[in-house]
Amino acid sequence: MQMADTPYPFPDASGHFGPYGGVFVAETLIPALDELRVAYEAASRDPAFIAEYEYELAHYVGRPSPIYHARRWSDMLGGAQIYLKREDLNHTGAHKVNNCIGQALLARRMGKPRVIAETGAGQHGVASATVAARYGMECVVYMGAEDVKRQAANVYRMKLLGATVVPVESGSRTLKDALNEAMRDWVTNIGNTFYIIGTVAGPHPYPVMVRDFQTVIGKECKVQMAEMAGRQPDYVIACVGGGSNAIGIFHPYLDVPGVKLVGVEAAGDGIDTGRHAAPLTANAKAGVLHGNRTYLMQDEDGQIIETHSISAGLDYPGVGPEHAWLKDSERAEYVAVTDAEALAAFHTLCRTEGIIPALESSHALAQAAKLAPQLGRDKILLVNLSGRGDKDMHTVAERSGIRF
Amino acid sequence: MSKIQASFQRLQAAGRKALIPFITAGDPDPALTVPLMHALVEGGADVIELGVPFSDPMADGPTIQRASERALAKGMSLRKVLGLVREFRQTDTDTPVVLMGYANPIEAMGQGAFIEAAVAAGVDGVLVVDYPPQECVEFSTAAKAAGLDPIFLLAPTSLDERFAEVARAGSGYIYYVSLKGVTGSASIDLDEVAQRIPQIRAAVGLPVGVGFGIRDAESARCIGELADGVVIGSRIIEEIENSAPDQVTVRVRDFIRGIRSALDQIGETAR
Repeated sequence: MQMADTPYPFPDASGHFGPYGGVFVAETLIPALDELRVAYEAASRDPAFIAEYEYELAHYVGRPSPIYHARRWSDMLGGAQIYLKREDLNHTGAHKVNNCIGQALLARRMGKPRVIAETGAGQHGVASATVAARYGMECVVYMGAEDVKRQAANVYRMKLLGATVVPVESGSRTLKDALNEAMRDWVTNIGNTFYIIGTVAGPHPYPVMVRDFQTVIGKECKVQMAEMAGRQPDYVIACVGGGSNAIGIFHPYLDVPGVKLVGVEAAGDGIDTGRHAAPLTANAKAGVLHGNRTYLMQDEDGQIIETHSISAGLDYPGVGPEHAWLKDSERAEYVAVTDAEALAAFHTLCRTEGIIPALESSHALAQAAKLAPQLGRDKILLVNLSGRGDKDMHTVAERSGIRF
Repeated sequence: MSKIQASFQRLQAAGRKALIPFITAGDPDPALTVPLMHALVEGGADVIELGVPFSDPMADGPTIQRASERALAKGMSLRKVLGLVREFRQTDTDTPVVLMGYANPIEAMGQGAFIEAAVAAGVDGVLVVDYPPQECVEFSTAAKAAGLDPIFLLAPTSLDERFAEVARAGSGYIYYVSLKGVTGSASIDLDEVAQRIPQIRAAVGLPVGVGFGIRDAESARCIGELADGVVIGSRIIEEIENSAPDQVTVRVRDFIRGIRSALDQIGETAR
């Protein structure tokens, strides 16, 4: 959907972004990925498919999401003006649904009556369960047993929507293990099952497909910023776990000169403590996991290590291969903020603007709060407020020593 | 000629089928791996597939996942696996050893360094589950040049054009995954296997071993009648899980013996 109007040549025909990306899966999955690639290529050129996708975004998700000029917060920081792209106002409360709508429509077009998904915090699981209910599909969501405990409200939400939630007991019992288990389900039920991956990672064509479905964010921003501010921003800032909201807002700006792109990873307790989820910022070694080559949190023997972040949505040892490429090519810059910095930004936005942001998005906000005071008042920062924080009440309250 | 090729040729000449057991290196304890490898040979193994444990074994079912977790908990790593092969080679210079695992530990060591170290340790083949042929052209070429057979998977879902790609990249044998799913899954479609094996043999020109879902002498014999070799993994891991440490080598040897004699009956009825 995106490729036609840009000369940007990535990924190549076999799904590579420079040395990253690719199709690193067992032979048993290759035919399913071939089928998906062919089906997606056809759908993305079919005006009827695109029209239905856009109709659903407008009438079911509530797009376009507004851009909001956070004047009080900008004044308080005393520097650049901060604009927020309000993905938190989407149906289901985050950007994840943009992609789920697209993939569910594709599943229906391919004649697959069953969808599966992996989830960490539960946002992608909720979005998948939502669209499965909307299109009358069976839905199974894999979730690490540890996350099932931490995110009880979202588990119940998925069940209300008719999905089956399967707790995954293997490995570290978190997002990466849920992904492994979803892959195992897919390989076993390839005939009737569509795997809705929630981020711009995984084997080709997932990184490009999810990117295409999320670029609606950045495309809207280009129109809205011209209307609201009379120009495009100096910086575009987004949090990066797998990196789908960041790719979604970055991508339409890749060929706009003068727009700096900043991806914000989770520094957890701090990069130097080793307890973080920031493979790009920490310059982790590249490797192969979950079907693609990318920067990976790993030990010297190549075993994937446990990551740490207050935000379950950023708690992932890899990162989408296109971000790896954007880092190497220096088109985007990657930094990390700690749990404490993200929490501080969370509270500030609540008190100053009356918006409760997701902890994931609070990482991007924290970077904006660092950057704004260093810049003049005529500069513009556009921050992707990728989700709302209602799901994080429990985590934030616990940190403040409050029990419900 | 590689040691693996020579083994298959010898077996073929004798009208016998290759028995290819899989164990995870370091499970249940690194000290037991070399004794277990010798027990497999005593029981009648022709080729040993030695699993390199990985933190995220996506293509494996619960049994091999557990083996991987136990081995990692005991500090197993790719370098240590190579050390175990070197130790095995001190007393067994004949039985081919194939390492089976995932790409990332190899990437972490460096492909070239791995190939060199594996050959030096006495490894004969390598099967990297998440290196399909198109993603590892350099690796498989370098491995072949160094005398390390790159072994590839084919699946019931693989299309015919895939055969040519595997034929170009692979050597040693083909590992045919006899069912959709992960290792240790339940049932095999024998008709499917009967139909596909001759096609693969003709297209790829390599012996075909069949695995995933072979659990006992009977299923081994059925597959053995169709294929050149039988791979058996999860069922051995279960035997290891259910044995006391001082019994484990004996029980695994006896289990393999049962499979061996079932496979050898095929030859006898044919003769």
